[in-house]
Amino acid sequence: MIIKKAQAGSLESSDCLVTVEPADAYSMSYSGQNEAIFKRRTERLALEIATRLSVCAHISIQDQGALDVTLRARIETALERAAGDEGVRA
Amino acid sequence: MKMIKNSLGRLVPDEIPGVGKFEPYVSPFAYLDRKLTSPAKSAYPIHPQPPRRDKVTSDIRQAIERSGLEDGMTISFHHHLRGGDAVIPLILRALSDMGFKGLTLAPSSLPDSHDFVADYMRSGLVTRLFSSGARGEVGRAISNGEIEIPVVLRSHGGRARAIEQGDISIDVAFLGAPACDKWGNMTGSAGRSACGSMGYAQLDARHARHVIAVTDNLMDYPLRPRISIPQYLVDQVLLADSIGDPAKIATGAVKISRNPVDLKTARNAFDLLDASGLMVNGCSFQVGAGGASLAVAAYVKDYMKENKIKGSFGLGGMSGYMVEMLEEGYFEAMLDVQSFDKSVTDSMTRNPNHIEIDASCYANPFNKGCVAHNLDMVILAALDIDTDFNVNVQTGHDGVLRGAIGGHPDTAAGAKLAVIVAPSFRGGVPTIKERVMTVCTPGETVDAFVTERGICINPRREDLRRRARDAGLPVKDIRELKAEVEALTGVPDDPEVDESRVVAVVENRDGTLLDSVYKVV
Repeated sequence: MIIKKAQAGSLESSDCLVTVEPADAYSMSYSGQNEAIFKRRTERLALEIATRLSVCAHISIQDQGALDVTLRARIETALERAAGDEGVRA
Repeated sequence: MKMIKNSLGRLVPDEIPGVGKFEPYVSPFAYLDRKLTSPAKSAYPIHPQPPRRDKVTSDIRQAIERSGLEDGMTISFHHHLRGGDAVIPLILRALSDMGFKGLTLAPSSLPDSHDFVADYMRSGLVTRLFSSGARGEVGRAISNGEIEIPVVLRSHGGRARAIEQGDISIDVAFLGAPACDKWGNMTGSAGRSACGSMGYAQLDARHARHVIAVTDNLMDYPLRPRISIPQYLVDQVLLADSIGDPAKIATGAVKISRNPVDLKTARNAFDLLDASGLMVNGCSFQVGAGGASLAVAAYVKDYMKENKIKGSFGLGGMSGYMVEMLEEGYFEAMLDVQSFDKSVTDSMTRNPNHIEIDASCYANPFNKGCVAHNLDMVILAALDIDTDFNVNVQTGHDGVLRGAIGGHPDTAAGAKLAVIVAPSFRGGVPTIKERVMTVCTPGETVDAFVTERGICINPRREDLRRRARDAGLPVKDIRELKAEVEALTGVPDDPEVDESRVVAVVENRDGTLLDSVYKVV
């Protein structure tokens, strides 16, 4: 359960900044230099993680050219932080 | 505008209204079958002048009026003053103030800093652009479809061909001259705005109907000891307060990259040169100044030193590192069409074997033999490359024009071994594409693509692949490497473009069209 706003990552090159906020329905936004070519990849990836962890949140990603693994780690960590003490993992 | 598919499967227009008709690209040397010749003719425009005519003026309007420039005509500039150039802004502002419109702008290239050109294209002063590239605001304006007539992008050799064949007919050339005497003898090797070689400008001076030297440094007559462009090609000498910012013209020496990815890539590229068997006495070499390219030169130098090898010539855009190799005796000569940094600028005055060559001599495929066709090895950069080895140096990941073609396709076509170096991914985006957005150098002329993760050899060069394998080099199939990198980065989509709206075309060196650039959405 997402109970508060939380962030993970940074705006350093090759990283991304993920911000998670409580929301009634899942939504995500993606911005950065690679928006034109990686929008679909990132939407797929974020949705997959949110579904796996059964969370409902607004996920905002500012991408500075992060690799797949970086994006995953940042999204999962942001969700983890936003979930409070109980965590998001089953 | 009818679109035709060329031999690379790319759609190109058969005609650009307001520019002319075009043929689709066939193959790198298809033009040889056409057995082109032209009758001998005077190479220079005829324009007899009385003795002792005064060529010097400091009145820019008067100089322009005397040139006979009219709306719709073609003007040219060189880009030897790099980011410090003040000639293009000076002249375009004057032309705009005088109310000119519908001009064709045909510079050898546009410096990075010249965003203001976009405004003159929007205002209607310039309605056609022929260039080696378009970056910054100019690139964005073109890619956004703000400019009606598609831009024609050419390599340096292709531009030389186009000028000599008459596809580009220059009415007035405004040539920035770091040192110039009262009758128009010029050189780039002296003066506070010194830029080194004036190789691109030499061609414009020979073929423009009217030539105006623009200088901030009027020298005692006769200019000495070097003359890049002689007085008999020059109509007027225009005195300006400044032709450029010396700090931005004479940038510091280009340093060799310390980025480990670049260095690993350079090492791999050097190992491939070694395995090719081409690094022997009398070899020739061209290398760019950026990223991994210059680092390859450092490995080559060490190898030549250890093995007591002396090369014949270094070619191209010259960096300080190449001059160092000349001065330390690793090459007999440097053939210089364009100087990249400060350390090169006065080298031609100092070193008799540092030789200024013009753009046609450098890379024009239609003359009687250009130096690019004598080249053994060339190391070239890329924005991206596809599985057919086609290289893009022009459009970014977002589809927007942001680069310049330079001598890329000329040297790739001419060299015995053309090696493309680039990191396997940049900013999270893989360098190998299924299909590059814009073909600037056809894959048929590329022998290998080298990254920090391995060496991909064009299947057309089975001999090279065998040599590389025998030498134990990390040879990978380009599709395998693509998959390896995509496992890290994910698979990017192509940026969305409007294929009904061509905003630019990329011309091959021989005048045929390689590809179209479309409006971004």
